[in-house]
Amino acid sequence: MSTLILTPNIPNGDDFYEKLLNAHEGLSKEQSDALNARLILVLSNHIGDMNILEQALDAAKTAGQAS
Amino acid sequence: MNKIFETPLYPYYQSVDQTASAPAHHSVVVIGAGPVGLGMAIDLAQHGIDVVVLDDNDKVSFGSRAICFAKRTLEIADRLGFGDKLVDKGVQWNLGKVFFDERKVYEFNLLAEDGHARPAFINLQQYYFEQYLVERVQEINSETPKIDIRGKNRVSAIKDHGAYSALTVTTPDGEYTIHADWVIACDGAGSPTRSMMGLDFVGRVFEDNFLIADVTMEADFPTERWFWFDPPFNRGQSALLHKQPDGVWRIDLQLGWDVDKDAEKQPDRVIPRLKAMLGDDVKFELEWVSIYTFQCRRMEKFRHGNVIFAGDSAHQVSPFGARGANSGLQDVDNLSWKLAHVIKGLAPDTLLDSYDGERIHGADENIMNSTRSTDFITPKSDISRVFRNAVLDLSEHHAFARPLVNSGRLSMPCNYVGHSLTGEDALTGGPARSQPGMPCPDAPLDKGYLLSKLGGGFILMTLNTDAPSPQEIEGIEIAQLDLSVTSETNKTLGERFLGTAERAVYLIRPDQHIVARWSEYDAARVQIAVATALGKTQ
Repeated sequence: MSTLILTPNIPNGDDFYEKLLNAHEGLSKEQSDALNARLILVLSNHIGDMNILEQALDAAKTAGQAS
Repeated sequence: MNKIFETPLYPYYQSVDQTASAPAHHSVVVIGAGPVGLGMAIDLAQHGIDVVVLDDNDKVSFGSRAICFAKRTLEIADRLGFGDKLVDKGVQWNLGKVFFDERKVYEFNLLAEDGHARPAFINLQQYYFEQYLVERVQEINSETPKIDIRGKNRVSAIKDHGAYSALTVTTPDGEYTIHADWVIACDGAGSPTRSMMGLDFVGRVFEDNFLIADVTMEADFPTERWFWFDPPFNRGQSALLHKQPDGVWRIDLQLGWDVDKDAEKQPDRVIPRLKAMLGDDVKFELEWVSIYTFQCRRMEKFRHGNVIFAGDSAHQVSPFGARGANSGLQDVDNLSWKLAHVIKGLAPDTLLDSYDGERIHGADENIMNSTRSTDFITPKSDISRVFRNAVLDLSEHHAFARPLVNSGRLSMPCNYVGHSLTGEDALTGGPARSQPGMPCPDAPLDKGYLLSKLGGGFILMTLNTDAPSPQEIEGIEIAQLDLSVTSETNKTLGERFLGTAERAVYLIRPDQHIVARWSEYDAARVQIAVATALGKTQ
């Protein structure tokens, strides 16, 4: 079974983070929500492995909960 | 208005039961002469069983109603003897277009797999389907009277006496009583039989209204299926345009929840809506207008002793994906042979419990699929709408998003893999699509198609090997279909049934589902499989 990577995997994290914020620059809340949704769908399709996607959904859900 | 709605199709007549001194006794009474009830009567009659059909009406159901009949339904209709009429009259289409807001985001071609006698589905008004069923009943009766359709015979009470049921029937000439060993309730989503028996019908209600308008128009719209999400002429809602025979177009417009249904049905409301959609210069005439809401629900059990529910009376789905009449016909397919075998004493009564197991599984699959379509078409939360619109926006530019667009999934026959009547899979290298439990896939033969050769009973299909024929196993006549596959002949058959195996033996049920398969004939193992399919083993 494939395992979701949860250790640092993007070579230059700061560059990526800046690009992510820049993509949302000047967008309304509604437009930003739409962009995020499209981004999730594009990335999910790239991953394409239901196993990994389920682990990603779990990781995202758990991190948002009070510990 | 179409004349078919006015002419009685099975007019009332006074039967001898109405003046009998004691209640007449019948083996099977079917309540409801819609597609499911009539299909059930024909299937049982073809198995040699006499049937009385009671309906409170005497005409076809009003309006076009169910308009999409899937391939499996056409195959069942072939077995019941009226498939050609459906396909000759029906409209076939391959191209679908999806619109979002003001633009076409993509189009798709169904590209149905080759090598099947029947198309993926046809569009046809329900009243034609019902008319052809009645014609088939008349054809059967002209040889030997088997099916007694009694129009304007409303069942007003039902009483369970254990071994039989007593039915009170109300007619223009007053009430009478009949007894029946078996009652099949095919009386629709609002089933009076279900209410009279006080049975549950639970599920999810969708808070939405849809306007259906059937129009005839002189327009050169191509024979395609067009679906709009959030179009300018119906903001925030959806719309569907679909072609039926006789130049009739089905238009579905989502209206939302808070609407005045009676007002929305009036031509002064409907016509401006349609003009906004079709354009001002398109000439059209309203044929039928209706508003529907829908629910996804089912009975907890379809069998209640000797009363058995089939079709919408047992399960109801949203219309997206055409799973109402299509799943009802699969109920017919599943129940008829089982009931016939039980009545003839060839199988234990418990065989009928497998109808519950198999068709509840089918109903749950249909409810799941139509609920998913409904959630896509009418998002129930803000974030659900955000994702829905994201899928549509992406679908315009990228192929990956198109399979996520869900305006109704094509109804595929359900399979019974792993169910109690399904036997062993002992064919190494056999394809998954023809494993035990699957509906037998069709395939072209040197002459004709496979499904038309299966007959109406159990059959052993042998590929590149042999089996004794015909033979009796567990009291049942087992037919044989001997076929050969070489590199030159019946190649598709080989792909669909041999896979990498060189030879194979398949046992197939009367409803064309595969029971078991082997790499060679083995009398003892075939006998076990026949017993399993008859519900004789646990």
